[in-house]
Amino acid sequence: MSESAETPALPKVRIATTSLAGCFGCHMSFLDIDERILDLMKIAEFDRSPITDIKHCSPCDIALIEGGVCNAENAHVLREMRANAKILVAIGACAINGGLPAMRNRLDVGDILNEVYRDLDGVQSHVPNDPELPLLFDKVYPVNEVVRVDYFIPGCPPSADAIWKYLNDLILGRMPRLDHSLLHYD
Amino acid sequence: MSGTETAIVVDEIPVPFKPGQTILEAALEAGVYIPHLCAHPEFAPHGSCKLCTVIVNGRNASACTLKAAAGQEIEVDTPDLHAYRRTLVQMLFVEGNHFCPGCEKSGNCQLQALAYDSEMMTPHFVEFYPHRPVDASHPDVLIDFNRCIQCELCVRASRDVDGKSIFALVGRGMASHIVVNSPSGKLGDTNFSVADKAAHVCPVGAILIKRVGYAVPIGERRYDLEAISEEASRCAGEEVR
Ligand code: SF4
Ligand code: SF4
Ligand code: FES
Repeated sequence: MSESAETPALPKVRIATTSLAGCFGCHMSFLDIDERILDLMKIAEFDRSPITDIKHCSPCDIALIEGGVCNAENAHVLREMRANAKILVAIGACAINGGLPAMRNRLDVGDILNEVYRDLDGVQSHVPNDPELPLLFDKVYPVNEVVRVDYFIPGCPPSADAIWKYLNDLILGRMPRLDHSLLHYD
Repeated sequence: MSGTETAIVVDEIPVPFKPGQTILEAALEAGVYIPHLCAHPEFAPHGSCKLCTVIVNGRNASACTLKAAAGQEIEVDTPDLHAYRRTLVQMLFVEGNHFCPGCEKSGNCQLQALAYDSEMMTPHFVEFYPHRPVDASHPDVLIDFNRCIQCELCVRASRDVDGKSIFALVGRGMASHIVVNSPSGKLGDTNFSVADKAAHVCPVGAILIKRVGYAVPIGERRYDLEAISEEASRCAGEEVR
Protein backbone atom coordinates (compact mmCIF):
# COMPACT_ATOMS: atom_id res chain seq x y z
CA MET A 1 0.00 0.00 0.00
CA SER A 2 1.41 3.30 -0.99
CA GLU A 3 0.94 5.79 1.82
CA SER A 4 1.75 8.78 -0.29
CA ALA A 5 -1.12 8.00 -2.62
CA GLU A 6 -3.63 8.29 0.19
CA THR A 7 -2.16 10.80 2.60
CA PRO A 8 -1.40 14.15 1.07
CA ALA A 9 2.14 15.18 2.03
CA LEU A 10 2.12 17.24 5.21
CA PRO A 11 3.50 20.72 4.83
CA LYS A 12 7.10 20.81 5.98
CA VAL A 13 7.96 22.13 9.40
CA ARG A 14 9.70 25.48 8.87
CA ILE A 15 12.65 26.11 11.17
CA ALA A 16 14.50 29.41 11.51
CA THR A 17 17.76 29.73 13.42
CA THR A 18 20.06 32.56 14.38
CA SER A 19 23.15 33.25 16.46
CA LEU A 20 22.94 36.54 18.36
CA ALA A 21 25.64 37.20 20.99
CA GLY A 22 26.82 33.61 20.80
CA CYS A 23 29.86 31.85 19.39
CA PHE A 24 28.04 29.66 16.84
CA GLY A 25 28.88 26.71 19.08
CA CYS A 26 25.19 25.83 19.42
CA HIS A 27 24.83 25.81 15.64
CA MET A 28 27.92 23.62 15.35
CA SER A 29 26.41 21.27 17.92
CA PHE A 30 23.15 21.26 15.95
CA LEU A 31 25.12 20.22 12.85
CA ASP A 32 26.66 17.46 14.96
CA ILE A 33 23.37 15.59 14.51
CA ASP A 34 25.30 14.50 11.39
CA GLU A 35 23.37 12.30 8.98
CA ARG A 36 20.21 12.70 11.03
CA ILE A 37 19.86 16.05 9.27
CA LEU A 38 18.76 14.06 6.21
CA ASP A 39 15.85 12.63 8.20
CA LEU A 40 15.07 16.09 9.45
CA MET A 41 15.05 17.49 5.93
CA LYS A 42 12.38 14.95 4.93
CA ILE A 43 9.92 16.67 7.23
CA ALA A 44 11.43 20.11 7.75
CA GLU A 45 12.96 23.00 5.86
CA PHE A 46 15.01 25.99 6.95
CA ASP A 47 13.84 29.56 6.89
CA ARG A 48 16.24 32.33 7.95
CA SER A 49 19.39 30.62 9.18
CA PRO A 50 23.15 30.72 8.70
CA ILE A 51 22.57 27.40 6.95
CA THR A 52 20.43 28.99 4.19
CA ASP A 53 21.84 32.50 4.39
CA ILE A 54 18.29 33.86 4.15
CA LYS A 55 18.52 37.27 5.83
CA HIS A 56 14.98 37.84 7.05
CA CYS A 57 12.56 35.58 8.79
CA SER A 58 9.17 34.71 7.32
CA PRO A 59 6.36 32.88 9.12
CA CYS A 60 7.74 29.65 10.53
CA ASP A 61 7.00 26.94 13.07
CA ILE A 62 10.12 26.85 15.21
CA ALA A 63 12.80 29.50 15.80
CA LEU A 64 16.02 28.44 17.50
CA ILE A 65 17.83 31.36 19.13
CA GLU A 66 21.48 31.01 20.07
CA GLY A 67 23.20 33.76 22.05
CA GLY A 68 22.05 36.62 24.25
CA VAL A 69 21.15 40.13 23.19
CA CYS A 70 24.16 42.45 23.28
CA ASN A 71 23.35 45.08 20.64
CA ALA A 72 20.54 46.75 18.70
CA GLU A 73 20.85 44.39 15.74
CA ASN A 74 20.42 41.37 18.04
CA ALA A 75 17.21 42.90 19.38
CA HIS A 76 15.83 43.57 15.87
CA VAL A 77 16.60 40.06 14.67
CA LEU A 78 15.13 38.50 17.81
CA ARG A 79 11.92 40.53 17.60
CA GLU A 80 11.51 39.66 13.92
CA MET A 81 11.90 35.98 14.74
CA ARG A 82 9.49 36.17 17.66
CA ALA A 83 6.92 37.89 15.45
CA ASN A 84 7.20 35.11 12.86
CA ALA A 85 7.66 31.94 14.88
CA LYS A 86 4.94 29.86 16.47
CA ILE A 87 7.46 28.36 18.90
CA LEU A 88 10.59 30.20 19.99
CA VAL A 89 13.35 28.17 21.64
CA ALA A 90 16.31 29.72 23.48
CA ILE A 91 19.20 27.36 22.93
CA GLY A 92 22.43 27.35 24.93
CA ALA A 93 23.82 29.10 27.98
CA CYS A 94 24.19 32.53 26.34
CA ALA A 95 20.57 32.70 25.19
CA ILE A 96 19.40 31.53 28.59
CA ASN A 97 21.40 33.69 31.02
CA GLY A 98 23.64 35.80 28.81
CA GLY A 99 26.48 33.32 29.23
CA LEU A 100 30.10 34.36 29.18
CA PRO A 101 29.43 37.62 27.24
CA ALA A 102 27.25 38.70 30.18
CA MET A 103 30.27 38.65 32.44
CA ARG A 104 30.77 42.24 31.21
CA ASN A 105 27.45 43.25 32.75
CA ARG A 106 28.86 44.62 35.97
CA LEU A 107 31.19 46.95 34.04
CA ASP A 108 30.28 50.20 32.32
CA VAL A 109 30.09 49.65 28.55
CA GLY A 110 31.78 53.01 27.86
CA ASP A 111 34.68 52.09 30.13
CA ILE A 112 35.05 48.76 28.36
CA LEU A 113 35.14 50.35 24.89
CA ASN A 114 37.66 52.98 25.98
CA GLU A 115 39.81 50.39 27.65
CA VAL A 116 39.85 48.07 24.66
CA TYR A 117 40.02 50.55 21.74
CA ARG A 118 41.49 53.74 23.17
CA ASP A 119 43.55 53.26 26.31
CA LEU A 120 45.14 49.85 26.00
CA ASP A 121 48.91 49.97 25.58
CA GLY A 122 49.78 49.47 21.94
CA VAL A 123 46.26 50.26 20.72
CA GLN A 124 45.85 54.00 21.29
CA SER A 125 43.15 54.43 18.68
CA HIS A 126 39.52 55.48 19.07
CA VAL A 127 36.26 53.70 19.77
CA PRO A 128 34.86 52.57 16.37
CA ASN A 129 31.80 54.64 15.48
CA ASP A 130 30.97 53.55 11.94
CA PRO A 131 27.18 53.87 11.47
CA GLU A 132 27.20 50.34 10.02
CA LEU A 133 28.12 48.97 13.44
CA PRO A 134 25.17 48.03 15.63
CA LEU A 135 24.88 49.99 18.86
CA LEU A 136 26.16 48.03 21.86
CA PHE A 137 23.73 47.70 24.76
CA ASP A 138 24.64 48.58 28.32
CA LYS A 139 24.35 44.90 29.20
CA VAL A 140 24.02 41.53 27.56
CA TYR A 141 20.44 40.38 28.08
CA PRO A 142 19.11 36.83 28.19
CA VAL A 143 16.63 36.21 25.37
CA ASN A 144 13.70 35.86 27.78
CA GLU A 145 14.31 39.38 29.10
CA VAL A 146 13.62 40.76 25.59
CA VAL A 147 10.87 38.54 24.10
CA ARG A 148 8.62 35.74 25.32
CA VAL A 149 10.37 32.40 25.09
CA ASP A 150 8.47 29.12 24.82
CA TYR A 151 11.24 26.60 25.50
CA PHE A 152 14.82 26.48 26.70
CA ILE A 153 17.58 23.98 25.87
CA PRO A 154 20.48 24.58 28.27
CA GLY A 155 24.08 23.61 27.63
CA CYS A 156 27.30 25.19 26.43
CA PRO A 157 26.54 23.97 23.87
CA PRO A 158 23.71 21.47 24.34
CA SER A 159 24.83 18.17 22.83
CA ALA A 160 23.62 17.15 19.39
CA ASP A 161 21.64 14.38 21.08
CA ALA A 162 19.94 16.88 23.39
CA ILE A 163 19.03 19.15 20.49
CA TRP A 164 17.83 16.18 18.44
CA LYS A 165 15.68 14.84 21.27
CA TYR A 166 14.16 18.23 22.00
CA LEU A 167 13.47 19.03 18.35
CA ASN A 168 11.87 15.64 17.82
CA ASP A 169 9.64 16.12 20.84
CA LEU A 170 8.58 19.54 19.59
CA ILE A 171 7.91 18.44 16.02
CA LEU A 172 6.03 15.32 17.09
CA GLY A 173 3.94 17.28 19.60
CA ARG A 174 5.33 15.56 22.69
CA MET A 175 6.07 17.36 25.93
CA PRO A 176 9.77 18.15 25.36
CA ARG A 177 12.00 16.76 28.06
CA LEU A 178 15.68 16.01 28.61
CA ASP A 179 16.61 13.28 31.03
CA HIS A 180 19.63 13.52 33.33
CA SER A 181 22.12 12.30 30.74
CA LEU A 182 21.13 15.01 28.25
CA LEU A 183 20.60 17.91 30.67
CA HIS A 184 23.82 19.88 31.19
CA TYR A 185 24.63 23.53 31.80
CA ASP A 186 28.29 23.19 30.80
CA MET B 1 2.89 -3.15 65.67
CA SER B 2 6.60 -2.99 66.11
CA GLY B 3 8.40 0.02 64.76
CA THR B 4 5.60 2.60 64.72
CA GLU B 5 7.06 4.25 67.82
CA THR B 6 10.39 4.74 66.13
CA ALA B 7 9.42 5.23 62.49
CA ILE B 8 8.15 8.07 60.38
CA VAL B 9 6.41 7.61 57.07
CA VAL B 10 8.04 9.30 54.09
CA ASP B 11 6.08 9.14 50.85
CA GLU B 12 4.30 6.10 52.28
CA ILE B 13 7.58 4.32 53.06
CA PRO B 14 8.19 3.59 56.76
CA VAL B 15 11.53 5.09 57.77
CA PRO B 16 13.04 4.19 61.15
CA PHE B 17 14.67 6.93 63.19
CA LYS B 18 16.87 7.17 66.25
CA PRO B 19 15.93 9.62 68.99
CA GLY B 20 17.31 13.06 68.20
CA GLN B 21 17.61 12.51 64.46
CA THR B 22 16.12 15.04 62.09
CA ILE B 23 13.74 13.97 59.35
CA LEU B 24 16.52 14.54 56.81
CA GLU B 25 19.04 12.41 58.71
CA ALA B 26 16.61 9.55 59.16
CA ALA B 27 15.51 9.63 55.54
CA LEU B 28 19.04 9.77 54.10
CA GLU B 29 20.14 6.92 56.32
CA ALA B 30 17.28 4.84 54.97
CA GLY B 31 18.11 5.78 51.37
CA VAL B 32 15.05 7.96 50.94
CA TYR B 33 16.23 11.09 49.21
CA ILE B 34 15.15 14.54 50.39
CA PRO B 35 16.79 17.39 48.43
CA HIS B 36 18.95 19.66 50.62
CA LEU B 37 21.69 22.21 50.12
CA CYS B 38 22.73 24.03 53.29
CA ALA B 39 22.56 20.88 55.42
CA HIS B 40 25.69 18.79 55.95
CA PRO B 41 25.87 15.61 58.04
CA GLU B 42 28.86 16.89 60.03
CA PHE B 43 27.42 20.25 61.02
CA ALA B 44 24.54 21.66 63.00
CA PRO B 45 21.64 22.46 60.68
CA HIS B 46 21.34 25.97 59.33
CA GLY B 47 17.83 25.85 57.91
CA SER B 48 18.34 28.68 55.43
CA CYS B 49 17.98 27.36 51.89
CA LYS B 50 14.58 25.70 52.37
CA LEU B 51 15.31 23.20 49.61
CA CYS B 52 14.57 20.43 52.10
CA THR B 53 11.02 21.66 52.54
CA VAL B 54 8.62 18.76 52.97
CA ILE B 55 5.02 18.49 54.10
CA VAL B 56 4.72 17.02 57.58
CA ASN B 57 1.16 16.10 58.50
CA GLY B 58 -0.14 18.78 56.14
CA ARG B 59 2.27 21.57 57.03
CA ASN B 60 5.46 22.78 55.37
CA ALA B 61 8.62 22.15 57.38
CA SER B 62 12.38 22.04 56.87
CA ALA B 63 13.46 18.41 56.99
CA CYS B 64 16.98 19.41 58.08
CA THR B 65 15.83 21.14 61.26
CA LEU B 66 12.69 19.29 62.32
CA LYS B 67 13.30 16.29 64.54
CA ALA B 68 11.73 13.04 63.46
CA ALA B 69 8.85 11.99 65.70
CA ALA B 70 6.44 9.10 65.71
CA GLY B 71 3.23 9.80 63.85
CA GLN B 72 4.77 12.03 61.22
CA GLU B 73 3.47 11.44 57.73
CA ILE B 74 5.75 13.22 55.31
CA GLU B 75 5.42 14.14 51.65
CA VAL B 76 8.59 14.75 49.66
CA ASP B 77 8.18 13.77 46.04
CA THR B 78 5.08 15.69 44.98
CA PRO B 79 4.71 17.80 41.83
CA ASP B 80 3.99 20.91 43.92
CA LEU B 81 7.09 20.51 46.10
CA HIS B 82 9.12 19.71 43.01
CA ALA B 83 8.04 23.00 41.40
CA TYR B 84 8.60 24.89 44.62
CA ARG B 85 12.16 23.58 44.92
CA ARG B 86 12.86 24.46 41.32
CA THR B 87 11.72 28.02 42.02
CA LEU B 88 14.09 28.24 44.99
CA VAL B 89 16.97 27.01 42.86
CA GLN B 90 16.09 29.50 40.12
CA MET B 91 16.16 32.34 42.63
CA LEU B 92 19.58 31.22 43.85
CA PHE B 93 20.85 31.20 40.26
CA VAL B 94 19.72 34.74 39.41
CA GLU B 95 20.86 36.18 42.75
CA GLY B 96 24.47 35.28 42.00
CA ASN B 97 26.48 35.03 38.81
CA HIS B 98 26.22 31.39 37.86
CA PHE B 99 27.91 30.87 34.50
CA CYS B 100 28.35 27.11 34.74
CA PRO B 101 30.35 26.75 31.49
CA GLY B 102 33.11 28.84 33.06
CA CYS B 103 32.95 27.37 36.56
CA GLU B 104 35.50 24.87 37.84
CA LYS B 105 32.86 23.28 40.05
CA SER B 106 30.54 22.40 37.19
CA GLY B 107 29.60 18.74 37.44
CA ASN B 108 30.55 18.60 41.13
CA CYS B 109 28.24 21.39 42.25
CA GLN B 110 25.28 20.65 44.48
CA LEU B 111 23.30 23.69 43.39
CA GLN B 112 23.67 22.64 39.77
CA ALA B 113 22.88 19.01 40.65
CA LEU B 114 19.68 20.08 42.39
CA ALA B 115 18.81 22.20 39.36
CA TYR B 116 19.29 19.16 37.11
CA ASP B 117 17.23 17.07 39.48
CA SER B 118 14.36 19.53 39.41
CA GLU B 119 14.63 19.78 35.60
CA MET B 120 15.44 23.48 35.62
CA MET B 121 15.68 24.50 31.96
CA THR B 122 16.11 28.22 32.67
CA PRO B 123 16.71 30.42 35.72
CA HIS B 124 13.45 32.10 34.61
CA PHE B 125 13.69 35.24 36.75
CA VAL B 126 15.34 38.49 35.70
CA GLU B 127 19.07 38.22 36.38
CA PHE B 128 20.53 40.41 39.13
CA TYR B 129 24.10 40.24 37.78
CA PRO B 130 25.45 41.43 41.15
CA HIS B 131 28.91 42.90 41.43
CA ARG B 132 30.90 40.61 43.71
CA PRO B 133 34.68 40.48 44.00
CA VAL B 134 36.99 37.52 43.60
CA ASP B 135 39.60 36.95 46.33
CA ALA B 136 42.65 35.23 44.87
CA SER B 137 45.04 36.47 47.56
CA HIS B 138 45.61 33.08 49.20
CA PRO B 139 48.32 30.91 47.61
CA ASP B 140 46.25 27.71 47.60
CA VAL B 141 42.59 28.68 47.70
CA LEU B 142 40.45 31.00 45.60
CA ILE B 143 37.13 32.52 46.65
CA ASP B 144 34.73 33.57 43.91
CA PHE B 145 31.87 35.24 45.75
CA ASN B 146 29.89 35.44 42.50
CA ARG B 147 28.82 31.88 43.19
CA CYS B 148 28.33 32.03 46.95
CA ILE B 149 24.86 30.99 48.09
CA GLN B 150 25.44 32.04 51.72
CA CYS B 151 24.87 28.61 53.15
CA GLU B 152 27.40 29.35 55.92
CA LEU B 153 29.01 25.93 55.65
CA CYS B 154 32.43 27.58 55.49
CA VAL B 155 31.49 29.67 58.52
CA ARG B 156 30.42 26.59 60.47
CA ALA B 157 33.44 24.54 59.41
CA SER B 158 35.99 27.23 60.21
CA ARG B 159 34.41 28.02 63.56
CA ASP B 160 33.34 24.57 64.75
CA VAL B 161 36.01 22.29 63.27
CA ASP B 162 39.06 24.38 62.42
CA GLY B 163 38.65 26.67 65.43
CA LYS B 164 39.68 29.66 63.34
CA SER B 165 36.44 31.58 62.66
CA ILE B 166 37.79 32.93 59.41
CA PHE B 167 34.40 33.50 57.77
CA ALA B 168 31.25 35.31 58.82
CA LEU B 169 28.00 36.27 57.16
CA VAL B 170 27.23 40.00 57.43
CA GLY B 171 24.54 42.35 56.15
CA ARG B 172 20.87 41.72 55.53
CA GLY B 173 18.74 40.72 52.56
CA MET B 174 20.35 41.33 49.20
CA ALA B 175 23.31 42.97 50.94
CA SER B 176 24.20 39.91 52.99
CA HIS B 177 27.53 38.42 52.09
CA ILE B 178 30.44 36.44 53.45
CA VAL B 179 33.39 38.38 54.88
CA VAL B 180 36.88 37.20 55.75
CA ASN B 181 38.25 37.87 59.21
CA SER B 182 41.49 39.77 58.53
CA PRO B 183 42.38 43.49 58.63
CA SER B 184 42.49 43.64 54.82
CA GLY B 185 39.46 41.38 54.43
CA LYS B 186 41.61 39.17 52.22
CA LEU B 187 41.97 35.43 52.70
CA GLY B 188 45.71 35.65 52.07
CA ASP B 189 46.07 37.65 55.29
CA THR B 190 44.52 34.94 57.48
CA ASN B 191 45.96 31.68 58.77
CA PHE B 192 43.55 29.80 56.50
CA SER B 193 45.07 26.58 55.17
CA VAL B 194 44.14 24.26 52.35
CA ALA B 195 44.05 21.51 54.99
CA ASP B 196 41.20 23.27 56.81
CA LYS B 197 37.78 21.65 56.78
CA ALA B 198 36.43 24.98 55.56
CA ALA B 199 38.42 24.62 52.35
CA HIS B 200 36.42 21.54 51.43
CA VAL B 201 32.79 22.12 52.40
CA CYS B 202 31.56 24.69 49.90
CA PRO B 203 28.71 23.03 47.99
CA VAL B 204 29.15 25.37 45.02
CA GLY B 205 32.07 26.89 43.12
CA ALA B 206 32.77 29.71 45.60
CA ILE B 207 35.67 28.26 47.61
CA LEU B 208 37.98 26.48 45.19
CA ILE B 209 41.33 24.79 45.67
CA LYS B 210 43.81 26.21 43.19
CA ARG B 211 45.54 24.13 40.50
CA VAL B 212 43.20 21.11 40.62
CA GLY B 213 40.12 22.60 38.96
CA TYR B 214 40.21 20.51 35.82
CA ALA B 215 41.92 17.37 37.13
CA VAL B 216 38.70 15.55 36.28
CA PRO B 217 37.37 16.64 32.89
CA ILE B 218 33.96 18.24 32.46
CA GLY B 219 31.42 15.54 31.61
CA GLU B 220 33.07 12.89 33.80
CA ARG B 221 32.32 14.43 37.17
CA ARG B 222 30.25 13.33 40.10
CA TYR B 223 26.84 14.59 39.03
CA ASP B 224 27.57 14.11 35.34
CA LEU B 225 27.67 10.39 36.04
CA GLU B 226 24.79 10.11 38.45
CA ALA B 227 21.90 12.31 39.50
CA ILE B 228 22.23 13.63 43.06
CA SER B 229 19.01 11.87 44.08
CA GLU B 230 20.19 8.54 42.67
CA GLU B 231 23.54 8.87 44.41
CA ALA B 232 21.84 9.53 47.74
CA SER B 233 19.63 6.47 47.39
CA ARG B 234 22.53 4.27 46.34
CA CYS B 235 24.78 5.47 49.18
CA ALA B 236 22.11 5.15 51.87
CA GLY B 237 23.61 5.44 55.32
CA GLU B 238 27.06 6.40 54.08
CA GLU B 239 28.25 9.92 54.51
CA VAL B 240 28.07 11.11 50.93
CA ARG B 241 29.12 14.68 50.19
S1 SF4 C 1 28.61 27.25 41.42
FE1 SF4 C 1 27.45 25.57 40.52
S2 SF4 C 1 25.61 26.54 39.68
FE2 SF4 C 1 27.12 28.16 40.08
S3 SF4 C 1 28.23 28.43 38.16
FE3 SF4 C 1 29.39 26.92 39.35
S4 SF4 C 1 28.58 24.94 38.67
FE4 SF4 C 1 27.11 26.48 38.02
S1 SF4 D 1 31.51 30.39 50.31
FE1 SF4 D 1 30.58 28.40 49.87
S2 SF4 D 1 30.40 27.43 51.89
FE2 SF4 D 1 30.72 29.60 52.26
S3 SF4 D 1 28.67 30.47 52.45
FE3 SF4 D 1 29.32 30.71 50.32
S4 SF4 D 1 28.47 28.92 49.28
FE4 SF4 D 1 28.45 28.46 51.49
S1 FES E 1 18.83 21.90 53.69
FE1 FES E 1 17.23 22.37 55.05
S2 FES E 1 17.02 24.52 54.86
FE2 FES E 1 18.79 24.07 53.62
